[in-house]
Amino acid sequence: MSDHNTPHPEEQKLQPGDPDTTGHVWDGIKEFNNPLPRWWLWTFYATIVWGIAYTVMYPAWPLINGATPGILGYSTRANVAEDIERFDAMNADIRTRLTEVELAAITPVDNPDLYNYAIQGGAAIYATWCSQCHGSGAAGVQAAGYPNLLDDDWLWGGTIDDIHLTISHGIRNEDDPDARYSEMTAFDDILSDEEIAAVVQYVRNMSGQEADVSLAAAGESVYLDNCAACHMDDGTGDRFLGAPNLTDAIWLYGGSEAAIEHTVRYSRFGVMPPWSADASSAGRLSEDQIRAVAVYVHSLGGGE
Amino acid sequence: MSATPEPQKLYAAREPVFPKRVSGRFRDLKWLIMLVTLGIYYVTPWIRWDRGPELPDQAVLLDLANRRFFFFWIEIWPHEFYFVAGLLIMAGLGLFLFTSALGRVWCGYSCPQTVWTDLFFTVERWIEGDRNARLRLWNAKWDVTKWRLRVTKWIVWLLIAVATGGAWVFYFADAPTLLMQLATGQAAMVAYVTIAILTATTFVFGGFMREQICIYACPWPRIQAAMMDEDTITVAYRDWRGEPRGKGKDRETLGDCIDCYACVNVCPVGIDIRDGQQLECITCALCIDACDDIMAKVGKPRGLIDYMALTDEANERSGNPKKSVWKHIFRLRTIIYTVLWSGIGVGLTVLLFVRTDIDVTVAPVRNPQFVVLSDGSIRNTYDVRIRNMTHDESAFAITLVSDRELQVELEGQTGNTVDVPLNSTHLQRVYVIAPAGSEAATTERTELRLWVEDLSTTTRAYRDTTFFGREPQ
Repeated sequence: MSDHNTPHPEEQKLQPGDPDTTGHVWDGIKEFNNPLPRWWLWTFYATIVWGIAYTVMYPAWPLINGATPGILGYSTRANVAEDIERFDAMNADIRTRLTEVELAAITPVDNPDLYNYAIQGGAAIYATWCSQCHGSGAAGVQAAGYPNLLDDDWLWGGTIDDIHLTISHGIRNEDDPDARYSEMTAFDDILSDEEIAAVVQYVRNMSGQEADVSLAAAGESVYLDNCAACHMDDGTGDRFLGAPNLTDAIWLYGGSEAAIEHTVRYSRFGVMPPWSADASSAGRLSEDQIRAVAVYVHSLGGGE
Repeated sequence: MSATPEPQKLYAAREPVFPKRVSGRFRDLKWLIMLVTLGIYYVTPWIRWDRGPELPDQAVLLDLANRRFFFFWIEIWPHEFYFVAGLLIMAGLGLFLFTSALGRVWCGYSCPQTVWTDLFFTVERWIEGDRNARLRLWNAKWDVTKWRLRVTKWIVWLLIAVATGGAWVFYFADAPTLLMQLATGQAAMVAYVTIAILTATTFVFGGFMREQICIYACPWPRIQAAMMDEDTITVAYRDWRGEPRGKGKDRETLGDCIDCYACVNVCPVGIDIRDGQQLECITCALCIDACDDIMAKVGKPRGLIDYMALTDEANERSGNPKKSVWKHIFRLRTIIYTVLWSGIGVGLTVLLFVRTDIDVTVAPVRNPQFVVLSDGSIRNTYDVRIRNMTHDESAFAITLVSDRELQVELEGQTGNTVDVPLNSTHLQRVYVIAPAGSEAATTERTELRLWVEDLSTTTRAYRDTTFFGREPQ
């Protein structure tokens, strides 16, 4: 703002009939103090009326326990509940079909819409219930013995029906009598330290890892006497018992000498809860949800 | 400054404006522009364009539900939204160009507010009569005649408003189908609400708000002021020729202005152009037509009110030669705007012709980076999105090029081909596998290129990505 006592050389000359100025002058330009249009005043009053009406109609004023509900009874929570109901009703048909179609027929070629629904829904169910142990990318957690679901190695079978069975009843839990069960012997008290060292080398050799050949040769008889009953003579395991294949490159608890020795001495006992609400009171998922997540897991790259 | 004792008013009622009918070259131009712009607006949704059986046959369609823009032979998918952004930038630069060259020419001729207000004025004049009749009617008591005229006018305005709001929604759905749905009450609620809102705004803005929108609501005039300079051509009054104004036969001491108020009476925003440029003026040039008509009648040359630039005014006052119109229009600023505008236009046109009918994106799955398979081989997973923008279902083959040994497999498909329906996107999980102990399996990174080929048209597209192996421990 310029000094009023020293006018700007090009100061604007006011004409007769011009409105008053606000008294503000910038570089000789004065600001007229024009009245606002009257309709603008009306819109201002309209906003006040609108504001009052809004606080009467909708939740608005904070009270100690929540807010005033408003006479329209509007609630975002109720809207969400309605949306969920609406989506459930929309999905009712496809969810029924999901439980009726043979699992092996839910493929992108045979039933593309069912497959797509199962993959999308299964991914959401997986993220909610499965990712805590198996990881958000389904790669499992080796240190904790949570299996990787992406690879082609399956303890209890990797067909869609095997996966469905595993998810429904879980593994080695006490909540579901149909849960798959097996228990590896802990050999700490049964075998001598030398025998354990030998069988560890034998198993490492079997899977193509570096091994002490002379110790491994000594371990063969230990293996055949103690391990082959479940893991088979050739080490390929038995899916009926959940006995892992020892010849491949995948180690649930690690393939190092220390990890294998720990397994031989103290055994391993991985547990998975049952998910079928029909099979167990501990189950949380309905049949169509289990089928969806089974299709999803089967599609991650390891499905057989 | 002012010695008036009465307190200043904070609010003032709108002064009603009763523009008089005028004819002349600028009025004719405005009629033409009104006809063309309104014609385009109302007719466009009804133009048909055959795209085959499974695609809409509307020439211009903004299909928001299916995320497609159709414009005659051009189809814009969401990933090509830069075409829309480019057009908006061109519209902006075009406004800059026209404003710096010709002032508020957009406001005066083609702004929807101006065009519809002009249409509403025409209806008003047709029903209630010209300026003097309307003034009389305004001051008259509310008797039967006034009610009859007013209600008739409002009904016609409302019909125009409904047609305007109605035409808008036809751009977003198949027009004949939507019209049937609207008539039988089957259309979506959003269609009715949109029509209701646009009907209300058209009716109120065109019939009652008029110049108030331009003066108080629209930001564009304030921005335009910053883009005009002394070379910008705008509507001005030659006061050095017109003043001192006055009526009377004795013109010795008077200028050319006979103070007949013809320029004021035709003005749609209710100003006196003889006071100089002012913020209300939308440069519709009707005062030029009105004054030219009077000048012809009194035997003086036309152009007492005329299009001119500030530099012309200075030159004319001092008797210097005027710059030609072309020198006002072609100067550095307008040339830069034109170059930018046409540069983007050419760029978009080239893009339009080089784009392919298929498109591929590859998103490597990095959770986890790789998976070890039971035979020791290493597998990476990629989410490949294939967009089939053609009008036929087709099989797409996915192949791989790399310096190292890698194989490609598709989830849920036999072989390396996948069928993608027409006009849709398919998400395919693609596995790339390096054999156990191979170079790719044992090095951290391997560059690879995924090729996707439309087997029916042999159009191909590729994306480069990276394969992650397991470094030897």
